[in-house]
Amino acid sequence: MKEVVVLSGKGGTGKTSIVGSFAALARDKVMADCDVDAADLHLLLGTSNREKNEFWSGQVAAIDKDRCTQCGLCQDLCRFNAIRDYTVDRVSCEGCGFCSHICPVQAITMNECKAGDWFVSDTGYGPLVHARLGIAEENSGKLVALVRQQAKEIAGKNGLDLIISDGPPGIGCPVISSLSGASLALIVTEPTLSGIHDMERVLGVCGHFGVPAVVCINKYDLNEKNTAAIREYCRANGIDVAAMIPYDNIMTDAMVKGVPVVEYSGGEVAGEIKNLWRKIEDRLRAVSG
Amino acid sequence: MIIAVASGKGGTGKTLVATSLALSLKDRCRVQLLDCDVEEPNDHILVKPVILHSEPVSIPVPGVDKDKCTLCGKCAEVCAYHAIAVAGEYVLTFSELCHGCGACSYLCPEKAISEVPNEIGIIETGRANGLLFAQGRLSIGQPMAPPVIRKVRELVDKQATVIIDSSPGTSCPVVEAIKGSDYCLLVTEPTPFGLNDLVLAVETVKQLGIPFGIVLNRAGVGDDRTEEYCAGEKIPVLMKIPLDKNIAGLYSQGVPLVEGMPEYRNKFIELYENIKEAVDERSRSPER
Repeated sequence: MKEVVVLSGKGGTGKTSIVGSFAALARDKVMADCDVDAADLHLLLGTSNREKNEFWSGQVAAIDKDRCTQCGLCQDLCRFNAIRDYTVDRVSCEGCGFCSHICPVQAITMNECKAGDWFVSDTGYGPLVHARLGIAEENSGKLVALVRQQAKEIAGKNGLDLIISDGPPGIGCPVISSLSGASLALIVTEPTLSGIHDMERVLGVCGHFGVPAVVCINKYDLNEKNTAAIREYCRANGIDVAAMIPYDNIMTDAMVKGVPVVEYSGGEVAGEIKNLWRKIEDRLRAVSG
Repeated sequence: MIIAVASGKGGTGKTLVATSLALSLKDRCRVQLLDCDVEEPNDHILVKPVILHSEPVSIPVPGVDKDKCTLCGKCAEVCAYHAIAVAGEYVLTFSELCHGCGACSYLCPEKAISEVPNEIGIIETGRANGLLFAQGRLSIGQPMAPPVIRKVRELVDKQATVIIDSSPGTSCPVVEAIKGSDYCLLVTEPTPFGLNDLVLAVETVKQLGIPFGIVLNRAGVGDDRTEEYCAGEKIPVLMKIPLDKNIAGLYSQGVPLVEGMPEYRNKFIELYENIKEAVDERSRSPER
């Protein structure tokens, strides 16, 4: 089974619009929305028959007031400053359980947390696995791993051999969880100094985890000098610039209509995304897995 | 006063707003800009700071003294993150999984575990064009941003007006960056993705009990549903920045909006005055 994950480092470069179009172009696949913090892919694909499941992960400490002798040991030892006035701050608690182990009167228990929900939905383009991490929750990496695992199982059951993942911004825990073990990463960047800086960091993460990457420059005509700098950086590092998409409001218009841009227009943007998908299919054929 | 700048969706203009707000205020008061988007810090690209001090951020991870260890397995039993395990005659540690809680070393009956620093990022402090500046940077390949964010937050200057730039999203890195702020600006754009993610961000700041308002960037793109939502929920839209190729062009070159288009300076000062009024009003209200 092959899996392509779309990342960017910087947010708002166009990952989801491009993945939405891939969903319309690719055959025999399952989509996975790995941006569990702020999932948007379902808005483009349209969902029906949504099946909802609870995501339980991690723990949070609770102090039994009747037992607590206010000795203060838990407050002194907690590295996350999560206990003040013998009360647990649920937002700061990282669920390590240290306090529950050292409380001399066993007044502290650790309780499982519902950390979000995950969904399997039908779309007009195939199954979509997506999720919603609870507000202010940790464990986004574990939820991403669960989304990918479910996508793989659905693909396996239905004889589908491709997973297209829409990744989160950044380079931290949920990005690493989206990326590790994928066949190929597509990095969507834009020709701004921030876009370049962030692309370099996320390419570093791809290299660190040994996942091959290709780059797509979105809104390439916003700053041609920066576009040239991105091309030069990629050339020097042996990374293929697989597409250059011009700035066009058609991307937003398609989003407002709730359809992938390749289904909305036959223009230059759609043409470039179709070429990009063909190149990605070629690259996926070439990698093992 | 601490003003945090956040958004659900990425790329809506947090960095643009945080840097221009800080630069607009620097002639009026002492201003500190803290970039807490430690995965992808970008404020430095716009304000071009001189870094005067840099120090590593480490978390304490277990180091096991083989001579003292009896392979009893207590450490693995108490570790909530599976960051330490006993396999045959070895104790294996996985530093990327370790949160540095200290349980294993404290609870080891043989006192065989010491804590050794594992570097996961750096913090840099300096000055930028009249601003106090600090940022964190998570190292490539490291998953855990919150400890780096906490270190940046420790640098808050109590005498200054502090502007905090956060990462996108709604999970732990955002909460770590914005909690304890006096006000949160949510930067969004009037598109379906912008609105969907704004609703999530609003839930987050409400849960944290932080008063908030909206900056609507790229006004004119997309549709009217974001403004309808704000009106319906009585969320103040404090500023609108129009969709303008010149603004995007300045950002692409790393030029702060208020430097490329100085006419925006007064708009950001007005934004600050509105925030200040909301914060003052809240501190006067009896239910607090």
